[in-house]
Amino acid sequence: MTPLVEVENLSVNFVTRESDVRAVNGVSFTMMPGEVMCMLGESGSGKSVTMRALMRLLPPKRSVITGSIRIAGQDVLAMNDATLRRMRGNSVSMIFQEPMTAFDPVVSVGDQIAEVVALHRGVSHRAGRQRALDLFDLVRIPSAQRRLDAYPHELSGGLRQRAMIALALSCEPKLLLADEPTTALDATVQIQVLILLRRLQQEMGMSVIFVTHDLGVAAEIADRVAVMYAGRVVETGPVRDLLRNPQHPYTAGLLASTVHDQPRDQDLKTIPGAPPDMRRLPPGCSFAPRCPLAGADCDAGMPPPVSPAPGRIVRCLRVSAPQVEFA
Amino acid sequence: MAMTSFAVEEHDERDRGGPQQPLLTVTDLKKHFAIRGGILGRVTAQVRAVDGVSFVVRKGETLGIVGESGCGKSTVARLLMRLIVPDAGEQIFDGEAVGERGGISVAEMRRQVQMVFQDSASSLNPRMPVQNSIAFGPIAFGTPRAEAIGMARELLVKVGLNPALFGGRYPHELSGGQKQRINIARALALKPRMIILDEAVSALDKSVEAQVLNLLQALKRDLNLTYIFISHDLGVVRWISDRVLVMYLGEVVEIGPADELYNAPKHPYTSALLASRPALDPDNRREEAPVSGDPPNPINPPSGCRFHTRCPHVEAVCSAKAPMLGHGDHGAHLAACHMQDPTSGHSQAVRH
Repeated sequence: MTPLVEVENLSVNFVTRESDVRAVNGVSFTMMPGEVMCMLGESGSGKSVTMRALMRLLPPKRSVITGSIRIAGQDVLAMNDATLRRMRGNSVSMIFQEPMTAFDPVVSVGDQIAEVVALHRGVSHRAGRQRALDLFDLVRIPSAQRRLDAYPHELSGGLRQRAMIALALSCEPKLLLADEPTTALDATVQIQVLILLRRLQQEMGMSVIFVTHDLGVAAEIADRVAVMYAGRVVETGPVRDLLRNPQHPYTAGLLASTVHDQPRDQDLKTIPGAPPDMRRLPPGCSFAPRCPLAGADCDAGMPPPVSPAPGRIVRCLRVSAPQVEFA
Repeated sequence: MAMTSFAVEEHDERDRGGPQQPLLTVTDLKKHFAIRGGILGRVTAQVRAVDGVSFVVRKGETLGIVGESGCGKSTVARLLMRLIVPDAGEQIFDGEAVGERGGISVAEMRRQVQMVFQDSASSLNPRMPVQNSIAFGPIAFGTPRAEAIGMARELLVKVGLNPALFGGRYPHELSGGQKQRINIARALALKPRMIILDEAVSALDKSVEAQVLNLLQALKRDLNLTYIFISHDLGVVRWISDRVLVMYLGEVVEIGPADELYNAPKHPYTSALLASRPALDPDNRREEAPVSGDPPNPINPPSGCRFHTRCPHVEAVCSAKAPMLGHGDHGAHLAACHMQDPTSGHSQAVRH
């Protein structure tokens, strides 16, 4: 099977007059068709920027993208505007944290979906509306016919995110990019949307890259997890292995400091300090200043990727394992 | 280090009643926001943001308040601080009615009750060095400026920031976690007895959140504080709270000791909320969502029990009659559900 997504050594720099923000620094990963990968990381770790780079949604004048991105065999960074437009919403689509700002507020949600279907499929607006109705049933929006005529502000948060998912799935994309789609939802609604996304992913066989800062969400939906820190993927692996036996000190610290039923009379385990300033990254491993295992050798350069077990890659000098050979 | 002014006292001389007297008693607190419409601006609807909320907070405990967006938990916090004026209800702070003749004035109450908000940036003055922000309250209450700044620098040490390094900085020069530490220091500046924390750690990254939670616990022990901790994060609330209060559409649906409430919830909404938490175990994923739909609009809340539109145990009595929370002593585990009332007529009601 050939990979659907191949990202190699992706870097994104935001260039401003005062400084250079190195938001993504050499991210590489591949994804097979039908796989669900979670990008896990804290704010500023570069996970959303990576997503936007995959869709070429970053402002072209102020961002410098290097490396290579191939989706379904096509070189995304080499695409012209017309090819990009065909790809976006068609073979790759995206859902965001806040559907209110992603929808056009003055067009009914049904018409917005119909427009996308008509554009990409070359069908009539009426056929597009019919497709929208089917999609609303698919994402389980109650009284679907009536809700097609609703404006985004007339829907509740959960329904709006379902409508957003319907819009994203309207052209049966091969790859869905989901950027914190459940973060703004209430607890009882979040689990509904997670279960829905998981079911749709299985039924449609699409690949999903799911960005989240929440370990619990990753545990619910991911096949594989990529942990990002300061613009780099520090660890990847199958979700079970990674959550049960984290190898990178940052992953281990993140798991230990997440509050879930720890004894109340003890202090929580914490990672000291704060993530680094992306304008002035440490010379070597960017986690070294906060790492309990760090030594002088950690500042020499970014640790090379090593593979402690099949399917797992870690970038840490303290993990003893054979180095990963890139073809 | 000159920390004497913040030392623990065995007996807090600010205590009016004994240790058994609750620090805060709230009875039947109500706030309805009017929605106006039309050319004449007539009231067209009422948002029942807080609709008859009663609870007590004992001295030295942490009361957690959980609920989904729009359940009224933040409105409760603002009402307690009198940032908005309640429509009805009684608030007694250590035996004295707040804002009533013969009681404690709102200004005096605010000196003893402080608040920390979710957005650490917008709650600090961007044009003021953070140590001046911390000293602002004491200066307003008459402390000489130099003394107040000295106190602010002591407080910076208390919240884990080096005053020589951070005292003169402006908010934009600090990270989110550092700004929230400043907000906590500012809340401590007036030596309050109670701090209301409204989603105070929700905007922080996980690794920083744990640091701030540890700080809050340490400060509570050292300074003899009482907390009201408002959050949508059930894990965090369980860790920090002695007792937990669950709100739904402006009402209290359940209250009880934290472990008891989490291990054996009595209200179906609490059960649903707990079962909605992601499992953290890929082999035990949730197959079925515990409840469907979104929380209803608080403008026209459902009749009877407000949860009846989403409840798996709904019966005729639930829409006909509102269940009562009932009474018990301050540590009691109570739920406003007909299934908890043997006389309600609900077929699954508990029997005595």
